[in-house]
Amino acid sequence: MSNIRNFSIIAHIDHGKSTLADRLIQHTGLVDARQFRDQILDSMDLERERGITIKSQTVTLPYIAADGTHYELNLIDTPGHVDFSYEVSRALASCEGVLLLIDASQGVEAQTLANMYLAMEHDLAIIPVINKIDLPSADIDRTREQIDRELGLDPDEALLCSAKEGIGIDAVFDAVIARIPPPRGSCTEPLSALLFDARYDPFRGAIISCRVFDGTVKPGDILRFMSNGHTHKVEEVGLFQIVREPRKELGTGSVGYIICGLKTVADTRVGDTITHDQRPAAKPQPGFRDVKPVVFSSIYPISSDEYSALLDALEKYKLNDAALIYQKDSSAALGQGFRCGFLGLLHLEIVQQRLEREYQQAIIMTVPSVQYHFKLKDGTSVIVENPLYAPDPTEIESAEEPYIRAGILIPERYMGVVMNLCLERRGTNPRTHYPTPGRIELVFDMPLAEVIFDFYDRLKTITQGYGSFDYEMIDYRQSELVKLDILVNGERVDALSLIVHRDRARQWAVQVCDRLKEEIPRHQFKIAIQGASGGKIIARSTISAFRKDVTAKCYGGDITRKRKLLEKQKEGKKRMKMVGAVMIPQQAFVAVLKTKDEK
Amino acid sequence: MKSDSAAGLYVHVPFCKGKCPYCDFYSITDPGAERRWARALIREGQGYRADFSAFDSLYLGGGTPSVLPDDLLAELLAGLDALRPFASESERTIECNPNDLSPERIECYRSLGFNRISLGIQSLDDTELAFLGRRHRRSDTLRALDWVRERGPNNLGIDLIYGFAGHSIARWRSTLEAVLRYQPQHLSCYQLTLADRTPFGRAAATGQPRLATPEEQADLFLFTAEFLGERGFLHYEVSNFARDSTYRCRHNLKYWSRAPYLGLGPAAHSHRDGVRWWNPASVEAYCRAVEVTGSAAAGREQLSSEQIRLEDLALGFRTREGVALEQLDPGAPRTQAAIAELLEAGLATLAAGRLRPTTRGFLVADGLSLLFVA
Ligand SMILES: Nc1nc2c(ncn2[C@@H]2O[C@H](COP(=O)(O)OP(=O)(O)OP(=O)(O)O)[C@@H](O)[C@H]2O)c(=O)[nH]1
Ligand code: SF4
Ligand SMILES: [Mg+2]
Repeated sequence: MSNIRNFSIIAHIDHGKSTLADRLIQHTGLVDARQFRDQILDSMDLERERGITIKSQTVTLPYIAADGTHYELNLIDTPGHVDFSYEVSRALASCEGVLLLIDASQGVEAQTLANMYLAMEHDLAIIPVINKIDLPSADIDRTREQIDRELGLDPDEALLCSAKEGIGIDAVFDAVIARIPPPRGSCTEPLSALLFDARYDPFRGAIISCRVFDGTVKPGDILRFMSNGHTHKVEEVGLFQIVREPRKELGTGSVGYIICGLKTVADTRVGDTITHDQRPAAKPQPGFRDVKPVVFSSIYPISSDEYSALLDALEKYKLNDAALIYQKDSSAALGQGFRCGFLGLLHLEIVQQRLEREYQQAIIMTVPSVQYHFKLKDGTSVIVENPLYAPDPTEIESAEEPYIRAGILIPERYMGVVMNLCLERRGTNPRTHYPTPGRIELVFDMPLAEVIFDFYDRLKTITQGYGSFDYEMIDYRQSELVKLDILVNGERVDALSLIVHRDRARQWAVQVCDRLKEEIPRHQFKIAIQGASGGKIIARSTISAFRKDVTAKCYGGDITRKRKLLEKQKEGKKRMKMVGAVMIPQQAFVAVLKTKDEK
Repeated sequence: MKSDSAAGLYVHVPFCKGKCPYCDFYSITDPGAERRWARALIREGQGYRADFSAFDSLYLGGGTPSVLPDDLLAELLAGLDALRPFASESERTIECNPNDLSPERIECYRSLGFNRISLGIQSLDDTELAFLGRRHRRSDTLRALDWVRERGPNNLGIDLIYGFAGHSIARWRSTLEAVLRYQPQHLSCYQLTLADRTPFGRAAATGQPRLATPEEQADLFLFTAEFLGERGFLHYEVSNFARDSTYRCRHNLKYWSRAPYLGLGPAAHSHRDGVRWWNPASVEAYCRAVEVTGSAAAGREQLSSEQIRLEDLALGFRTREGVALEQLDPGAPRTQAAIAELLEAGLATLAAGRLRPTTRGFLVADGLSLLFVA
């Protein structure tokens, strides 16, 4: 066990975690040169398309130190985006230490801090690594200063490396071995393994990622899942080495996988403790804190007969994304669906796309919402996170919406534009800190609803990528809320209803009307799009009809071709939601959420 | 279920004197295989005797049927007539190009029982004809029209093309006026369409204009409908106009009402009882297949009830008859909404239990069926 090290690479988004993982993997010769590709742990298509990590990934590296000692290094590459912080926190529960990467050209950013605090909570050894030192804009001294002042770590202990150029990689290995403690635990104690992630495989059932704290597990063992007492027989155990490598057993301190024929996904709960049925552990591992979704939206199958298929897909999907929360929901217009909670808008988008790609589900998502509190005139109060259930305006005594404390870290020169953005988003009570010369931390109280849409994108744009942002919930505050409906040719589009602050209603309505105008294709007839609040139309746009699509000839030999074309278009209609006779493409429901890039 | 309604017989004559640059009908310019083709065609027809009990329309299309030598045509017709007796009031059409005609040939057609001539005039303007790559000119055409009217059957259909680059309403109007002087019973006015593997298609793909803009085409379409409507023509299908309902092309109506038809010859398509099949688009492959097996069917599909419905709607909305309400799934909210929009937009009318496209409805007919399917 003294030869095992379990560690995560954590950092702000894009600081080079996956690239460093690449170098560590290559250094140990786990993957031959022909099969290698950059960010090899980012194996999902979506990760490769977007150039970001979405899922934590484990890889076991066989490492031989200069003195000839063999080590088993369990590395977990984690995502940097704030929406996937639940992935990070679960990965950390399997580790004794972290490499905290800091991009030398960007310095410490919001998620550098947030992720470092997570590591501290878990009492992990923290090795600061200054990355990207090859960049001309790298400023090592300043980064050291930030490590000292902003992170409170010893800058002299920071390693210097360029993951891209492969500089300083040996020192990273040395530090992992020397500064991260080997796992503690006992191989004679009853088995205690933490189920920290899982994935559904259509042939093998659930594939469980776990960290063995005590004892060992091998094929044939009868396991007990401590949350519900269910038992299953182990079919296979092994290590993640880009591909799954079966092993005779998983020993104390190891991180690997277990397959035990779990075809019913309900038995697999991330955070559960796995033990032996015959000789169970006395108590479970602490598990994970609950996820607190901040954004809510409903998912409906585009065609209503797909509901049970969607339920099945969600159950399987949830194995691999513990941060998703869902429960049944229904709407008059959209039928049966699910109300879901997400950690942010990117999370929402990823869930939608993964359900489509990995589970072939065509779905509509309703406009995201936060949770609102309404006090009614009859003295009761209701919590609403679905605009469809917003109380009638005449019944409302008062309303409250959630506020966050937003911390924004920026170079001083962006102070003005960021200040404006925050004020525009109803930020109040601004405070400023100067963590290091030239840098400002702006702190605002802001309604959560104002940051869930595109705040982060806007911040990135106006600060040329230098601004970073983190937030925590503070409280609920009284607010003047109204319900906004969107009508298409007179029919309300349930999925686009929204609760919004009175002052922002018009602006939002105009945005939705404009975006829908771009997203809905022209029809044979004119389409009127209206935003309505409190019985008044507050925004409108019109899509003019197309005049001509007819083909001149359709005789005996043309009919089959023509019908096939129509069948293809009909298939395409499955990706549209009908509102009256208007076909609204699925992507329109996502597009309305994004403000247009300023030209 | 076997349909009893009388079937149509289509004969694809895959020969032309030259290839027009916009045309994607299957035809070849070498007449060398004409006799072999005619023999194969009769043999192919014999193979379908059991499947079709009677025909009440015959349509020789192509290609250019009028390039066939009179004696060969006579032989062919004798063979076709021997297949199945044609009903006494059958419609028998032959497509002709103006420059192939002579008074004698027209007499020959009459003697072979053709009672309808469809003349591919396309335009009466020599620059337009040159642009379209046609081999006849205004003068040949007017002469051919005179002959047809003097000696031909009293049922003349004229094919015209409009909506090419630079076409104006004024030019189009003068073509229509000139043609109407010959009092045709039927007019087919086709908007020029680009097909991929044609010289026009390729030219347009490289940015050379061949078509009028969609707006201009729409204007020309509406003008055509109005102009011919004012002169008493019945606009009974997107591109087809008849002097009155008796002069609607019976054969073509079969395509739109999903009636049975047998297509003989290369690239010909057939339909009966929800089964569609078709022949290879190659004279050589066609003849060989028939010579060896007696049949040339190269593809076949059995339509599901859903496909039949989709065809019914798509074809129905191309005709003035439109679609019967009960075909539209009248209970569905989507149907109610779609009908309301179409009526409101003036694209259709609702009467006698049928939803019928208006002239402006014809312009958007291609997508109408999709409003009524889930
Ligand atoms: N110049 C330079 N670029 C680097 C270095 N390390 C990473 N990069 C680049 O930085 C970008 C982000 O790298 P990733 O490894 O995907 O970053 P990450 O931290 O894994 O990002 P997330 O997983 O999305 O949080 C890529 O374009 C890398 O090529 C480095 O040492 N030098
Ligand atoms: S348009 Fe008529 S004549 Fe010209 S190539 Fe086509 S079939 Fe032959
Ligand atoms: Mg990454």
